[in-house]
Formats: sequence, C-alpha cells, structure tokens
Amino acid sequence: MSAVQDINFASHGLSARQMAFYRFRRNPLAVIGALIVLSVIFAALLAPWIAPSPESAGSFVDFRNRHSPPSWDNLMGTDNVGRDVLSRVLFGYRISLGLVVGVLGVAVPLGVVLGLMAGYFGGWTETIIMRFTDIMLALPPLAMALAITAVLSPNLINAMIAITLLWWTWHTRLIYRIVKAQMNEDYIEAARVAGASHIHILFRELLPNCVSAVAVKISLDAGFVILFGAALSFLGLGVQPPTPDLGTMVATGSEYLPEMWWQAVMPGLAILYAILGFNLLGDGLRDMLDVEL
Amino acid sequence: MLLFLFKRAMTLLLVLLGLAILIFVIARVVPGDPARIALGLLATAEQVTQLRDEMGLNDPFPVQLWMYLSGLVQGDLGKSLLTSRPVMDDIRGALPATLELVLFTLVIQIAIAIPLGVMAAIYRNSWVDSLLRVVSLIGVVTPGFVLAIILQLLAAHHLGAFPVTGRLDPGLSFSADITGLLLVDGLLYGRLDVVADASAHLFLPSIALAAAGIGQVMRITRTAMIEVASRDFVEAARAYGIPERVVTFRYMLRVASVAPLTILGLEFASLIGNAFIVEFVFSWPGIASYGVRTILQKDLNAVIGVVLVSGVFFVVANLVIDLMLSLLDPRHRIIAERGK
Repeated sequence: MSAVQDINFASHGLSARQMAFYRFRRNPLAVIGALIVLSVIFAALLAPWIAPSPESAGSFVDFRNRHSPPSWDNLMGTDNVGRDVLSRVLFGYRISLGLVVGVLGVAVPLGVVLGLMAGYFGGWTETIIMRFTDIMLALPPLAMALAITAVLSPNLINAMIAITLLWWTWHTRLIYRIVKAQMNEDYIEAARVAGASHIHILFRELLPNCVSAVAVKISLDAGFVILFGAALSFLGLGVQPPTPDLGTMVATGSEYLPEMWWQAVMPGLAILYAILGFNLLGDGLRDMLDVEL
Repeated sequence: MLLFLFKRAMTLLLVLLGLAILIFVIARVVPGDPARIALGLLATAEQVTQLRDEMGLNDPFPVQLWMYLSGLVQGDLGKSLLTSRPVMDDIRGALPATLELVLFTLVIQIAIAIPLGVMAAIYRNSWVDSLLRVVSLIGVVTPGFVLAIILQLLAAHHLGAFPVTGRLDPGLSFSADITGLLLVDGLLYGRLDVVADASAHLFLPSIALAAAGIGQVMRITRTAMIEVASRDFVEAARAYGIPERVVTFRYMLRVASVAPLTILGLEFASLIGNAFIVEFVFSWPGIASYGVRTILQKDLNAVIGVVLVSGVFFVVANLVIDLMLSLLDPRHRIIAERGK
C-alpha cells in the first residue's frame, strides 16, 4: 500500500522531505498535536501580553474576588487569594516549557553521546556504559527525583537536575540499539577502510541515522517531562509558590475540592492539554519518519 | 536452561549491588550533614559530633560503605529518623498495602486492556478502533494525580459508594497477619465484609493508577493480534471450520499475548513509581506514602530503603517476566543467552 504511494510520489517528483510532510499533513491527529504544541509555546512566550491579569502571576492578592467560579471576567475562575487562574496557567506554561528545555537540553546530548560510544566501541566501553544505564533504569524514577530534590532542597533548578540525572538513560538505550543495528552495514566498514577517524564515524556517519528517532523521542519526552515536573511540584518538591506552576496549582486547588473544583481541575486540564499535544505530535512524527522506538 | 538461570541471577545480583552503592553514594555526596539534618538547627555542635560518631559518619568512606552493605545483607537498613523504628520494619509494615494496590491495578489493567486490544484489532480501521485509540490516548496523557483528583471529585458527588481515603473502614477490626494483603487474608479468614470493604477502597486508587498502562497494553495487544491474524495457522484453523470466537481467543490470543506480557515487568515497575502520587492523594498507607513523608523530613535512611526496595521489585519483576517468556517461547531464551 505505502510502496505504491511512494512510487506515485516519485513520479510526481516529490522529494523525500516533501513526501514526509505530505504524510504528516494527512494525519489529522498529528496536525492537531502540532497546533496544540504551538498554542502552548505561544502562550508561554506571550504570557505577559495575553494574560488577562498579568499581576496574578506573582504574589498578588485580591481577597474580595477569591474563590469566584469561572465567568466572563475570569474564564477559569479565581484561586484562594483571588488570582485569575487562566493567567496563572499561561505563566505556568513558561515554567513547564523551561523545564522541558533545561532537562532535554542536557539529557539528550549526554544520552546520545554515551549511546553512540557504547554501540560503536563495544567491549569494555559498552559493558560499563550499558550496565550503568541498566542500573539507572532500575531506579524508580519518581522516588529518585523526589529523593534528590528533597535532599538538595526543593526548587525549579534542583527539580531540573533531578529529572535530567534520570532522563539520559532512555536516549542512551535508544541510540545504542540503533547503532548496534547499523554496525554491520557496509557504509561503516567503507568509512573505516577509507581511514575515517572515530569522531568522524560517530558524528558524521552514525549520528545522522539516529536523528529521526531522537526527534520523535524528544517530542514524546517533552510531554512526560512536563508531567514529571508537575508531579514533583504537586508533592511540594518542585517549584515553590508564588511562582505559578501547574502542579503546585493543582495541589493548592485540591484543598478546595469538591465545591471550588476549578482551582484544581483547570490547571490539571492545562497539564493534560500540553501533554496530549506533545504526544499527538510525537506519534505523528513517528509515522511520518517511520521510526520504531 | 540452568546456565541461563545462573547467568540471569548473577546479573541480577550485580545490578542490585550497583544500585545499592549508587544510592549510598548519592545520599552521601549531597551537600548537608545528615546528623545536622536529623537533629535540626537548634542542636549544639557537640550533639552533632556525637550523632556523627554514632552514625559512623566520621569513618573513612570505604568503611562507611562496607558497614552499610554488610548491614544490607542482613536486612538492616538503619533507623528511621521520622518514626525512630528500624527502616526495615517500617517498610515491611507498609509494603503489603502497596503490593495489594499494584497487583489489583495490574489485574484491572489486564482485564480491561487485553479484551479492548483484541476488539480494536478485530474492528481495525473502523470507528470502534478510532474510539478505542482516543480512549487509550486519554489514559496515557492524563497525569495520575489529575485523574485521582477528578475521581475524588466524582466520588464526592456521584460515586458515594467508593471511599476516597485509606485501605479499610476503621470500624472493621481485622488484622491481615497471613500475607498482609487484605483481600487474600480476608478470604482466608472467611471475612467477606473485609473483602468487600477493601475492594471498595481499592477501586478508585487502582483506576487512577491503571489508566496510563491500559492504553499501552491495549495498543501492544492490538498490534500483536493484527500481526498474528496474517499467519497461516489462523487461516488453517478457519478452514477446518473452527468457530471464529475460538480462533480469536484460543488460537490467536495465545500467541499474541506474548507481546503484552513482555512489558508487564516494566508496567509493574512504573506502577510502583506512580504509586507515589496515587498513594499520596488517596492517603493509602503504603510504601510510597511512607517514602513521600520521609523524603519531606529528609529522613535519609528511610529514603534509601524505599528507593532500594522499589528498585529490587523492578529488577525482580523483569527477571520473572524473562523467565516466563523463555518458558513460553524458546526463542527468547536464545536471545537472552547471547546477551542483549
């Protein structure tokens, strides 16, 4: 089925990239995912300008207006000190995305390089890196992250450190598997015979073959990093008030359940929305780039 | 087979040893003096020094590590600062609650996800398939604590029959002293009221915990069933005139069930991890809420113990799954023997 389509594409003179983009556009869920992700990114970037009440992001209080249910003035209602929940959600996305960038910005390069080395060099390098990865993967991630942040004192940076320490392993394992499968390919042998250096083979020959898998993984990861960070804050070990963080908002809001449900449910749905977007996007990219994770 | 078992057991021991050392190193290199943390800011310098001596913190690092590891072998995890009881006793007391929750959740997951996965495969590419896909996606992307809170909210208004905190109604006097699992011990003692009440308590937390995995298991089952459907033996069975229902559930599902089984070990581990959130929300008296409480108090011995015990479960669960797979399908054994 897809082979037939591919031939048709070829005859229409579409490049591989155009073809992939076409496949992506034909997948409505992927497009929805991309739109959701874009909306979250815009919300985070433009929060100070689009939030109905930017002062709600800080330690602003307005006791006359506390606990008011969703209305035209406050689309998501107000919280226990009268701050606009929608504004805090928009600013909350800044924290969430900042966490994603911070964690993946370190964990992905680290994991990828270790995975490349383990797969390419084999022998002792492989044994040490992969056994260490196995051990790290045996740690219950949430418990470890909790323990690390608790010991280091809870705040955004330490939450970031804790999640990063646990996250690189998944990329190492993914890249390791891909490299292992590539090692028997002729082009590696050819590069070796041609006298290419290890660095050249690792980064110019092997790495390009890992890029699509890593891209898909990053998109799926982004959602889970948001989830993880929110879970940490929810337990009181992540971002501290009054910084508007979605997990903290759910935790504070849950004290006013069930009557004033919007204080916990709205930020909860906001988390769900962002994770959903990254997941749909990741799934779409996976189909488009045709990679297996 | 024996060689395989031996190799796996040795790897297991190595991983556990590495895990223990790693956790110990992390706990020791982090800034902050455990003795100072234990005593609080008001303690005098002499008191701190004295406690440091008692805790062995003044010994050279290798000596500390040795003491800790030899304690571990004897099942001694040190004393909890929070409860002033041996950590091992605390964990032993809290573990059955977590195990019961996790096992119950696993049963729910399998009972829901595998039939739904089969359904999605039978009606693939129809609206049933799309609907199930959306449902599974919602399960995957909903954070456990958000779902837990929404369930509590619903329980407050509509699902009054399901309690939202604890394991058992305080009015019921019952001590689960055989296995520690209320459902099992309740049955063994013939106390059906306990079984009913414990199930009601288990219901909401296990739904909150199960949601993420249901989607995953369902998708894997669907893929496996579709793959199996194209094999010759299925066609042959149909040609013999065996009813479609039997072909699907007796012939195809048996082969296809290997795939979801492979991730059950991983699933078990992630359930223990996610239990941290769910136990917290539902005040479930398990190892995870013990973990959260001790973490908030910087009770290092207890934290190490909790992390270690969860790690052990993870590793052992994976070993058990590996063994089950190699019994079901010899090909897995060969792959495992050659190393990954």
